[in-house]
Amino acid sequence: MSTTEQAHNDQAGPPAPPPSTLLGGPTSTAPAGGPAGVLGSTLLRNLLVTVVCVAVMMGLTTVLGPFQNFQLAYVLAYLSALIGLNVLIGLNGQLSLGHGAIMAVGGYSMGFTQNAMVDAGYVDNRAFALWWTVVVSLTVGVLAAIVAGLLIGLAAARLRGPYLAGVTLAVAVLVPGITTAFDVFNGDQGIRVSVPRRPPALAKVLGPSFTNEQWQAWVALFAVGLVGLLMANLIRSRYGRMFKAVRDDEVAAQLSGINVARTQITAFVVSSATAGLAGGVFVFLVKNSQPGFFSLTLSLYLVLALVLGGLGSIAGAIWGALFLVAVPYLTAQLSRGLHVPPDLELRLSGNLPLAIFGLALILVTIIAPGGIQALVRRIWAWLYGLVRRPAG
Amino acid sequence: MKGLVTRGLAVASSVAMIAVLAACSSTPDTPADEPYVAPQGVTDTEIIFGTHQPLTGPASGGYSKISPATKAYFDYVNANGGVYGRKITYKIMDDTYNPATTQTVVRQLVQQDKVFAILNGLGTPTHTGVLDFLKESDIPDLFVASGATTWNQPSKYPGTFAVQPDYTTEGKVIGNYVKTNLAGKKVCHFGQDDDFGRDALAGLEKGLGAKVTAAEKYVTSNTNVAPQMSALKDAGCEVVVTATIPGFTSLAIGRSAGIGFTPQWIASGVGGDYNTVSTPLGAAGKTLMEGFLTTGYLPAATNADDPWVKLFTKINTDYNSGATFDGNIVYGMSVGYLTVQALLAAGKNLTVEGLEKAIQDGGAKFKGPGIVPFAYSATSHAGYAGVRMSKVTNGVQAYFGSALTTDAADAPVKEYTEAPAVPPTNGIPTA
Repeated sequence: MSTTEQAHNDQAGPPAPPPSTLLGGPTSTAPAGGPAGVLGSTLLRNLLVTVVCVAVMMGLTTVLGPFQNFQLAYVLAYLSALIGLNVLIGLNGQLSLGHGAIMAVGGYSMGFTQNAMVDAGYVDNRAFALWWTVVVSLTVGVLAAIVAGLLIGLAAARLRGPYLAGVTLAVAVLVPGITTAFDVFNGDQGIRVSVPRRPPALAKVLGPSFTNEQWQAWVALFAVGLVGLLMANLIRSRYGRMFKAVRDDEVAAQLSGINVARTQITAFVVSSATAGLAGGVFVFLVKNSQPGFFSLTLSLYLVLALVLGGLGSIAGAIWGALFLVAVPYLTAQLSRGLHVPPDLELRLSGNLPLAIFGLALILVTIIAPGGIQALVRRIWAWLYGLVRRPAG
Repeated sequence: MKGLVTRGLAVASSVAMIAVLAACSSTPDTPADEPYVAPQGVTDTEIIFGTHQPLTGPASGGYSKISPATKAYFDYVNANGGVYGRKITYKIMDDTYNPATTQTVVRQLVQQDKVFAILNGLGTPTHTGVLDFLKESDIPDLFVASGATTWNQPSKYPGTFAVQPDYTTEGKVIGNYVKTNLAGKKVCHFGQDDDFGRDALAGLEKGLGAKVTAAEKYVTSNTNVAPQMSALKDAGCEVVVTATIPGFTSLAIGRSAGIGFTPQWIASGVGGDYNTVSTPLGAAGKTLMEGFLTTGYLPAATNADDPWVKLFTKINTDYNSGATFDGNIVYGMSVGYLTVQALLAAGKNLTVEGLEKAIQDGGAKFKGPGIVPFAYSATSHAGYAGVRMSKVTNGVQAYFGSALTTDAADAPVKEYTEAPAVPPTNGIPTA
């Protein structure tokens, strides 16, 4: 495979985003294309952008209140899963309706590992000094999700289109079913997970304004930073180009010497690993692992968020993650602020977000088929044109 | 060259990280040195309570009426001057009975809406998940709308108080009733697969002094209860005691009738309100629910002569846009009444510790709509100490026998004979 950037051109589907939006947030203004010199190295450039993004976000957490930090942590956890799912759907063209279930695998594995460490005395129940246990349990969660992803991937590599959707849908239904069928998972109530609070040493350095929610947001931030860095590199690597080649034309890819099945399984495993990490981070945030969270709805929401945000780019995943957290929150605020009759409010609350998700999906499909990110790019190009015209 | 660049970037990024870390630390807040510091959510003119309720979702049937009723009672109190001049604001959040959503909405109430306390948060699986968070945040967790024994752990969760008789206490009374009045019958259990079902089954077996013939479970995320009903039918059950939320009491009765299985149903009080359970059953409801047994600890909503029912009906008409009056309304208003009693007992200078102490020390003497006494003390945060059996006859749910008290441990089931309290003329308790 050549190492030039030319492999970015797509023939099918929505136009691929320019390289800068693969990494940067929606407001990223990094120059497009790959300039020579220091920024010529993909790894270094991605590392730099990731470090800057993480540092900026860490700064942001000091400004936000505890609840906003908790919401931010939620967005970031969703983002970890969405970035990985985007690699699978956007880059490799495989549909998974079962990623909520893979998050459950990661979440429960993380929870059981964490509790086992508490029981074994590695974590003092009161002081919670040993924050590194979270790293261990999150890693176990990722490993478990990789195993689950490998199993589903093996089946997925043989299946196409609706058949693949069917199998992954079955997984999405099956996994929450398993958690309510066996006593070890404790049914709908789920398992309580003892996670360490903010490290006392860090709290000592940063003072009392360093809240536990800020620490939670940081953990989610480091997780998503790691996922973002690895995925951004993967997208620009030989594997990324193999994923796209398989997505665009399996026969052509095969003729070029790409092992299609192996590539598809790899994509499934990679996206499962990030979903497992996301599931573990969620359990870390809410200190519980419950089937109600990892329901079929979650699996469908993840795909919905990607379609709304924009398939194929990290920026699209960011829009999707923001959407998933903001819509239920804003609609709840709205229905509370409207002073509607109590009877109507009963009906609105809880149901309204679903209606808005549906409406947004219809609107995006009509107005911006490439998702919010495609719309943003179009507006950006239009503004750019406005600025350029007088000069030229 | 490349190695140098890498190293340079590594140093630069480390510096950036340290700079951000340094920016994070700011000066600590200094506490004010005043005799009375109002806690979060309390001002001279207002007290803010928050709650999480299933306004939509699998448990919304009936339960969605509770928090508007409590709010209506608060509005009534506010219209009459409030408590020590403070008006009560009640913020209700829908968690759809999904524990993951409860986590978010309770954080929003505590950290963004700055409530003084969480009041009457509904559900065993939902509320269990926020216990530790509320404890860490030092937020009182009053009168949880669930009968799990979890809420009664004063040493572990000093801020959490139950209100309902716990499911084990209730189960013991039911077991005791079955042992005496339905002797020799095959007794089975159908319960929710969480602490609700487990506590209730434990109590039932304590009261029976024997194991049940068969025990089946359900999860709220799966509304198909046909397999469980078939299993109970095949086991030859003659009495089925349920620990179910109202929607699942209806499902169990409906499904069983469909397969020709009509045992004696005895439901836990939380899933036994006649109006709530019979409505989803439609026209067949009246026939299917004839002889239906359940328990209660508040005046029966159907007893129009009861002074409490009269008071609550009036408030319901004036402040709750005349919602259909049933057990959920009585329950919601009773919680409001109890809350006002607790606030009055805590005194004008309301604090978290003061309120908790007031309930612990004086709660057992609170006289309200309940037909059994409260069990509050320094070592017990349990709510009502017993229940009374009730039966549906010709579509009317009414109590029979006397009120019975016991506890979740091994205390015997005793009759409680003290006459029920009469509401004050203006319907608002006094300190």
